[in-house]
Amino acid sequence: MQNLDLWSMLFVFMLATFVGFQVIQNVSRLLHTPLMSLTNAISAIAIVGSIIIAGEEKSLSSTVLGAIAVAASMTNIVSGFLITDRMLKMFREKGSQK
Amino acid sequence: MTAIDHLTQATYLVAAVLFIFSLRWLSSPKTARQGVAAGVGGMVAAVIGTLLHPEIVSYTWILIALVVGTAIGIPLSWVPLTAVPQRTALSHAFGGLAAGLVGTAKYMLWLHDGELTSFRTFAIVVEVLLGYLTFTGSLMAAGKLQEVLPTRPITYRNQNIFNFLLLAIAVGAGLYLVARPDTWQLFPVVVVLSLVFGVLLILPIGGADMPTVISLLNSYAGLSAVAMGFVLDNKLLITAGALDGSSGFILSVIMCKAMNRSFTNVLFGAFGQVSQVQAAAEARAVKSATPRDVADILENASSVAVIPGYGMAVAQAQHRVRELYDQLSKRGIDCKFAIHPVAGRMPGHMNVLLAEAEVPYTALAEMDDINPDMPQVDVAIVVGANDVVNPAARHDKASPIFGMPIINADRARTVIAIKRSMNPGFAGIENELYYADNCLMAFGDAKAVLGDVVKALSGDSGIH
Repeated sequence: MQNLDLWSMLFVFMLATFVGFQVIQNVSRLLHTPLMSLTNAISAIAIVGSIIIAGEEKSLSSTVLGAIAVAASMTNIVSGFLITDRMLKMFREKGSQK
Repeated sequence: MTAIDHLTQATYLVAAVLFIFSLRWLSSPKTARQGVAAGVGGMVAAVIGTLLHPEIVSYTWILIALVVGTAIGIPLSWVPLTAVPQRTALSHAFGGLAAGLVGTAKYMLWLHDGELTSFRTFAIVVEVLLGYLTFTGSLMAAGKLQEVLPTRPITYRNQNIFNFLLLAIAVGAGLYLVARPDTWQLFPVVVVLSLVFGVLLILPIGGADMPTVISLLNSYAGLSAVAMGFVLDNKLLITAGALDGSSGFILSVIMCKAMNRSFTNVLFGAFGQVSQVQAAAEARAVKSATPRDVADILENASSVAVIPGYGMAVAQAQHRVRELYDQLSKRGIDCKFAIHPVAGRMPGHMNVLLAEAEVPYTALAEMDDINPDMPQVDVAIVVGANDVVNPAARHDKASPIFGMPIINADRARTVIAIKRSMNPGFAGIENELYYADNCLMAFGDAKAVLGDVVKALSGDSGIH
């Protein structure tokens, strides 16, 4: 029953953490607030797990919990990407008047 | 694996690549918006790939949830930028909630089908613990930031011991569950204790520690997504969660370093706990200046550094600050903004506020870059910052902030501090900068004072 994929998952976790450290350390300090809202939106990829639980409809309670999780993740995706873009639009090299 | 399975996995792989690029492009404001596009692309690919999944028998609930999420998400993205810390805390709460709920649903399903293994239970316990504590903890943080909850630290006797015991019981119950996955009675215990622990963890946190705490909660939210990935055997979740978790972790480390404190100290130190203000008694003399004086001093300067703090956000003074920047730039006076990493209520808060006020980002300087130049700066203007410019951090071993890196405002030729009154700042620490020989105090609301300064400056330019 249990396909022991544990090791490959741990490998993915380890490698992704290293990539994360490398990439994040290069993020401009100017952009730390947008960084946080962007990573927040990205980790709302949890929506894919919630979608399956809400959609397979194995029991009413799991479907409801899954649907709430889908709604919570969707909120983060929509508001996270929108506000990140809104903030990034404001970062300009020159002021309004030059 | 069926063809659909392969297709789904392929979209996940594409999404993972796009997410990494998304963060990579944040390395410069020039490419940053491309990063958002990549993130959206990855998200859309993964969601479509998932919707094709054959295990989905009905789309009704999914569609309702997607619509509800969108309906809440869109207005949440319109908040004023001063409220971005609250919004961020709120989104950590949603992330934690989703993880907690998925863990709960999976536990119930597998319990029912008799498919719980120790490994699955372990992953679920981690997911649920992190998810629910992030949920209530972030709600608390959001409440404190929005000031619907008291912002001062709430402490009581033996707080840390109590919290630790509670966490120990939760972890103990979780471990017992791992050993005997069918003792379902313990599962609600873990859930409730995690929820309660999240609240208790944030109670003793004060406003000045929010940048660190938000970053830590960010990290927890990411790690709960990783745990969800282990539960669902989903490598995309593990990847995205790890990116989020490491980002939160790096930001927390930067925040801690910028305050010269450790994680443990932030979480269990109750820093904002007013260190029994020894002050007030000794009324020392300060020099004060009117907006007119300030304008005169600025006119004769050739370089100016503005040091903003949370007070600028509170007074909504960022637009006046930009007008000041415009006036000075017009006169050929070099004007830079010196930004301390923990200024504001979340990492990068000041940068976003100033960018919104249309200050070009090229004028924003980090603490470490501007400090060596401070002795050449003619005028340093402190707007709503306090502890981050307190020279006591450099030399007064008795000061609670000793060792914290500061912006060396005191080394500028003249310092102008705009402040409502002589009340000590959030941490209740007397700031000796205000008594320095080269420091002038401009008392009043930051927005009003700066407005008057700008008016005086623009009046002058009319005469010349």
